[in-house]
Amino acid sequence: MSSTIERHLYDVVVIGAGGAGLRAAIEARLAGKRTAIISKSLFGKAHTVMAEGGAAAAMGNVNSNDNWMVHFRDTMRGGKFLNNFRMAELHAKEAPERIWELETYGALFDRTKDGKISQRNFGGHEYPRLAHVGDRTGLELIRTLQQKIVSLQQEDFAETGSYESRIRVFQETTITELMLDGDRVAGAFGYYRESGEFLLFETPAVVLATGGVGRSYKVTSNSWEYTGDGHALALRSGATLINMEFLQFHPTGMVWPPSVKGILVTESVRGDGGVLRNSDGKRFMFDYVPDVFRKQYAETEEEGDRWYDDPDNNRRPPELLPRDEVARAINSEVKAGRGSPAGGVFLDVSTRLPAEQIIKRLPSMHHQFKELADVDITKEPMEVGPTCHYVMGGVEVDPDTGAAFGTVQGLFAAGEVSGGMHGSNRLGGNSLSDLLVFGKRAGEHAAAYVDTLGVRPKPAKIDVAAAAEVALAPLARAGGENPYTLQQDLQAVMGDLVGIIRRAGELTDAIKRLQELKARVANVSADGGRLYNPGWHLALDLRNMLVVSECTAKAALEREESRGGHTREDFPKMSPEWRRVNLVCSLDETGEVHLERKPVPRMRAELIDLFDRSELAKYMTDEELAEVEAE
Amino acid sequence: MKRHFRVWRGDASGGDLRDFDVEVNEGEVVLDIIHRLQATQAPDLACRWNCKAGKCGSCSMEINGMPRLGCMTRMSTFTEDETITITPIRTFPVIRDLVTDVSFNYEKARETPAFAPPPGVAPGDYRMQQVDVERSQEFRKCIECFLCQNTCHVIRDHDENKPAFSGPRFFIRAAELDMHPLDDREDRKEHAQASQGLGYCNITKCCTEVCPEHIKITDNAIIPMKERVVDRRYDPLVWLGRKIFRRDELESASTKPSFPPIVNPSTANPSTVNPPMSSARLPQTAPVGPDGHMDIAELVAPQQGGLSPFGEDLEFPLPPEQIAYHHPDPDKTPDR
Repeated sequence: MSSTIERHLYDVVVIGAGGAGLRAAIEARLAGKRTAIISKSLFGKAHTVMAEGGAAAAMGNVNSNDNWMVHFRDTMRGGKFLNNFRMAELHAKEAPERIWELETYGALFDRTKDGKISQRNFGGHEYPRLAHVGDRTGLELIRTLQQKIVSLQQEDFAETGSYESRIRVFQETTITELMLDGDRVAGAFGYYRESGEFLLFETPAVVLATGGVGRSYKVTSNSWEYTGDGHALALRSGATLINMEFLQFHPTGMVWPPSVKGILVTESVRGDGGVLRNSDGKRFMFDYVPDVFRKQYAETEEEGDRWYDDPDNNRRPPELLPRDEVARAINSEVKAGRGSPAGGVFLDVSTRLPAEQIIKRLPSMHHQFKELADVDITKEPMEVGPTCHYVMGGVEVDPDTGAAFGTVQGLFAAGEVSGGMHGSNRLGGNSLSDLLVFGKRAGEHAAAYVDTLGVRPKPAKIDVAAAAEVALAPLARAGGENPYTLQQDLQAVMGDLVGIIRRAGELTDAIKRLQELKARVANVSADGGRLYNPGWHLALDLRNMLVVSECTAKAALEREESRGGHTREDFPKMSPEWRRVNLVCSLDETGEVHLERKPVPRMRAELIDLFDRSELAKYMTDEELAEVEAE
Repeated sequence: MKRHFRVWRGDASGGDLRDFDVEVNEGEVVLDIIHRLQATQAPDLACRWNCKAGKCGSCSMEINGMPRLGCMTRMSTFTEDETITITPIRTFPVIRDLVTDVSFNYEKARETPAFAPPPGVAPGDYRMQQVDVERSQEFRKCIECFLCQNTCHVIRDHDENKPAFSGPRFFIRAAELDMHPLDDREDRKEHAQASQGLGYCNITKCCTEVCPEHIKITDNAIIPMKERVVDRRYDPLVWLGRKIFRRDELESASTKPSFPPIVNPSTANPSTVNPPMSSARLPQTAPVGPDGHMDIAELVAPQQGGLSPFGEDLEFPLPPEQIAYHHPDPDKTPDR
């Protein structure tokens, strides 16, 4: 095997080519930095394409009562007040600008009658807020950013004669390790998936935009890429992860047929009138409205139905509760034996809207069910159930710059891989706007960080050699474990023991089993050579999936309450004491996951004033409330 | 139940169809079978995939000779005793097994002029009617699976046409921008004709047939583009009008920002026949040295010459006081 390592010199390297990564790269390039984008897949295939509903931004195009303060309030409520308030604030304030900017890149959103960007209703959002393109908003977003990058490359071509002189996309390339010089990021080491050849990026700044961790779960809407690479790279380079116990299970994934189990059915189906029914035909969501939301949701089917046409005078139907509530409700119905044949519940839009309206408003859902499941959603209900969808936790970052906390410098994170913004539960539509807002910020501040450096950090040769050895190990090892078996075993542990409903005993068991898996992953081997070998690639990804799963399991065991994307059967209540605690994971010198508690940053007074005292009382301790009163 | 499959395995140097018997369950698609093959019989079988829901366009392959997405081809569409043959898409060079080098498409994308924002319209002030954006939206549904490119007979077995022909994917991109209500460029059709090779298309509609998004590529993009190109280029009335109003045109042209024509490197100089199609990876595989590779760092580095093993910010010669050097004979140091 050749040990040649291609060396590349860049100012900013962005790992991940989804929405956050591309937006960060655009910003770094606009700041004049030589920028590389690393993508595990082909350019433009990132998981962002799967986002259907839209991008939340308080533009007030449909309801002029909407503004950033209302959006901020909804985001904090959705995250059960555990959100990093500053991130939620920046997000709500900057999202409209980021959406409008996309139009200057060529995006074509659906329009209102007066020609502005149309906005749709979505779970947890008080007003119609999601800019959308039918139900393929994510595709529009990724294509728009992709085409903007191409247009920047065309500008560079006109100026320098080379498309790649300032921004280059490394397609089908995986980064396996970050290189440090002391505490500073000095580079990134990886391989071309196509050829299996190694490359080393020498760069003082790295932006992580690698997305989530869903591939560690059996039933997931996530693609193969979602193996927690960014989370693991951050940990190994000395950064910290927060809130890893919070995973969002999207309430409506397809459950039939088996080949598409997990694939998402967009929330807009419910936003546009779809209702959830159990096997008795009952609209069961009315039985599951928690006290904190009682005031905002309809109590009768009649009131809920009136809301679609007259939202100002009626309360919304409970099908539009935040995702965690709906997922739990479906889980309970199925457990009580009122589920559908394939183990979900029925989501019905066929009796609610005329067929042509359904096709107009939900074209890709209609298409998806027709092609994948042979179900015509204009004629019959869909079978849906919860699917692992999004990780709220992630790299602990500075809210304003996206710079990772911990010991490392020069590391930035944006999008799903970063944590804090969504608290314990993300509202639908907030992820597309999140990745635009914080993608831009991370790119901007990574570029600014590079300017502050006097000396370029250098990767040590010995680290590069070590990274190459680790990467080649599964190929060199003969007769070790099959990576696909190991992945299935990991998915079984996480799905069965660290799933939607968690118990202390099962979590302890999971941590033990993850330790056993760790030993087995150390002995993984891959058949074949270096040329486009998916078995080898999976063998390398397993290490990342495992360490991130361990963080999730440990944090889930530690947090003794139920909140948002973390439900403990043995601690079913939300605890005001726990609201003040973030769980932070890091790696110690031996490579073991270390967990510690950190206080949640305190919200500024003018932001606290946006909430009713009675609402704050549901989340805060008496002591905190007294402090708020005193101010 | 076990079903019989034939899957092409090999790489750029060649390969052949291999026989596999694989378990198939109710409700599965072809991509499920490939995954089962990887997990049980052929762990290194190369195949692209991502979303598994027909939204990303990664798992393009030819199934019984038909260009299809693996994730959107249900096993129930075949009879129970049918042998299913899976091959890589034919128009692009094979890398390994079912994975092909599709960089042709990314190069053509770069040669298609980007959206030109309307000058003087601030972000947030864009106003468009739904009915006007819908025409372009149809083309923006494209998931870039490149099945249309693969099936297009202009390039399917004619590598020699590739330099001059962008293919259906980029005709709909040109049409999309042409129909964009606020795009500021007005030469989209001319560009399609002059630089994208629109004239090669003889409207056999194969691209429309294979499109998994059911975009009416031929009817809604290619034919209208051809018609309008014909209008502009050959319509005698238009020609006459141009002659008469030439001065006005010149004036309006001077008030509008003018765009330099995007030079299409592959069509600009027709005398260079058959340039290598994929320049994306070319420098990286230049064969030099006994190991078959050269260190390409110096080709891609921002400065001339190879990268310094000491780092790029170190200047030579170093100041003498920074050098830890002890003369072997202390008596003979230059100072004494």
